[in-house]
Amino acid sequence: MTGDASGTFRVKRGLAEMMKGGVIMDVVTPGQARLAEDAGACAVMALERVPADIRRDGGVARMSDPEMIEGIKAAVSIPVMAKARIGHFVEAQILQSLGVDFVDESEVLTPADEAHHIDKFAFDVPFVCGATNLGEALRRISEGAAMIRSKGEAGTGNIVEAVRHLRNIIGDMRKITQADSAELFEWAKRLQAPLPLVQEIAETGWLPVPLFCAGGIATPADAAFAMQLGAEAVFVGSGIFKSDDPAPRAKAIVEATTHFRNPEILAKVSRGLGAPMTGIGMDEINQRYAERGW
Amino acid sequence: MNVGNRNTAGLTIGVLALQGAFSSHQRAFERVREGVRTRQVRLPRDLDGVDALAMPGGESSTMSQLLGSSRLFDAIATRIASGMPVFGTCAGVILLAKSVLDGRDDQRSFAALNATVRRNGYGRQIDSFEADIVVAGLHAPFPAVFIRAPIIESVGTDVEVLATHGGVPVAVATDRIVGITFHPELTDDLRLHGLFVDRIVGSLATNRR
Repeated sequence: MTGDASGTFRVKRGLAEMMKGGVIMDVVTPGQARLAEDAGACAVMALERVPADIRRDGGVARMSDPEMIEGIKAAVSIPVMAKARIGHFVEAQILQSLGVDFVDESEVLTPADEAHHIDKFAFDVPFVCGATNLGEALRRISEGAAMIRSKGEAGTGNIVEAVRHLRNIIGDMRKITQADSAELFEWAKRLQAPLPLVQEIAETGWLPVPLFCAGGIATPADAAFAMQLGAEAVFVGSGIFKSDDPAPRAKAIVEATTHFRNPEILAKVSRGLGAPMTGIGMDEINQRYAERGW
Repeated sequence: MNVGNRNTAGLTIGVLALQGAFSSHQRAFERVREGVRTRQVRLPRDLDGVDALAMPGGESSTMSQLLGSSRLFDAIATRIASGMPVFGTCAGVILLAKSVLDGRDDQRSFAALNATVRRNGYGRQIDSFEADIVVAGLHAPFPAVFIRAPIIESVGTDVEVLATHGGVPVAVATDRIVGITFHPELTDDLRLHGLFVDRIVGSLATNRR
């Protein structure tokens, strides 16, 4: 049809907008994908191993097998995301050709390029990237990311790093809205981020794309915590399928993300879920995924 | 065009806030006509004092699930039956439609719009697009953003088609319902939100008479 434009930034960011207030769940099989959809997930992340297992197994973590991604695409009607290694634009090309709805250029996989992230403007499929601070978020947006998520520390079931990252990003945005126009130059320099994006934050008070939370969410309370801190939606990786009873926990996390300011509902949905994933303390891990990316 | 100004003060539009792009609708409604207020609706009690409801884009299967667990489904159905106007975009159109194709088996809808709607009718995200479309009653074309949009396959004779794209309806209306398969809330163009507010004011005024 003449005049139609696909793959524009507005179209890419549009899908991120539609996921707001929702839960994106990591799944490794079509069965898990169906369970996630049944629970009310707004999207699934198709991958071969959840971060907790990637962490345990070690070695090089890469894009998932296309066959496995196809299987998950066929199993659900909600959007399907998949991960490419940082900088690995060929993995991203493959994911785009498979018709995945969103590509996560993810630090959970082993980085493929030590200096460059993917030029995300070169793609029609939207990208989400992780960030630990505002400068990193703005650099990813300047490369074409349509969604930013906190990196947190994937596979730990420990929310502390995601909280640090959200507070970094949102706290600096708050400060920028108080800065005068001359101070914005200094902010751009300090953040190593493009000035026009810093100026945009000064004007709007927020990133030009949605900001989601990822990395360490294991309970309904964690999800609501992230939302109250200012995240606009949450990713849950290992937290669901590494728990005792995934189905009720998945549903409870969906409810908690919607009713995130309602402690009565949070108390109700947190009851009787069985044991969450065990989780690990930050002093017990030897590889920090959040340090990957530049 | 701007017929609503004198009557919009004190109008409260509820925005279904279970999941999706509800804040963008709030911003649009608060800017479009003077005195319009919005309220996020997550529980039945949030509907008290709401004059109309907006159902945003997002995942209709997620919203359907949450409509059940929050007991909002029955509360909204009752209000729609007693004449509450509803503005639905994208997933909102699916929630309003009488018949839904390619939905989940357990997916519920309010059957307030006499139409058959196919979920993800255009395909996956890679098939999402923007296009300028002509809308009945608007002078200049509207910048429409379609995100994994549903397709309205057919409408009843009581439904007015306000716009088509590629031969299928993309904006439809009855006297109380406006259904749009694209996302006016993702642009700065507030004309469709304005059209809805003006229709509500019209229908409420008729009601009071």
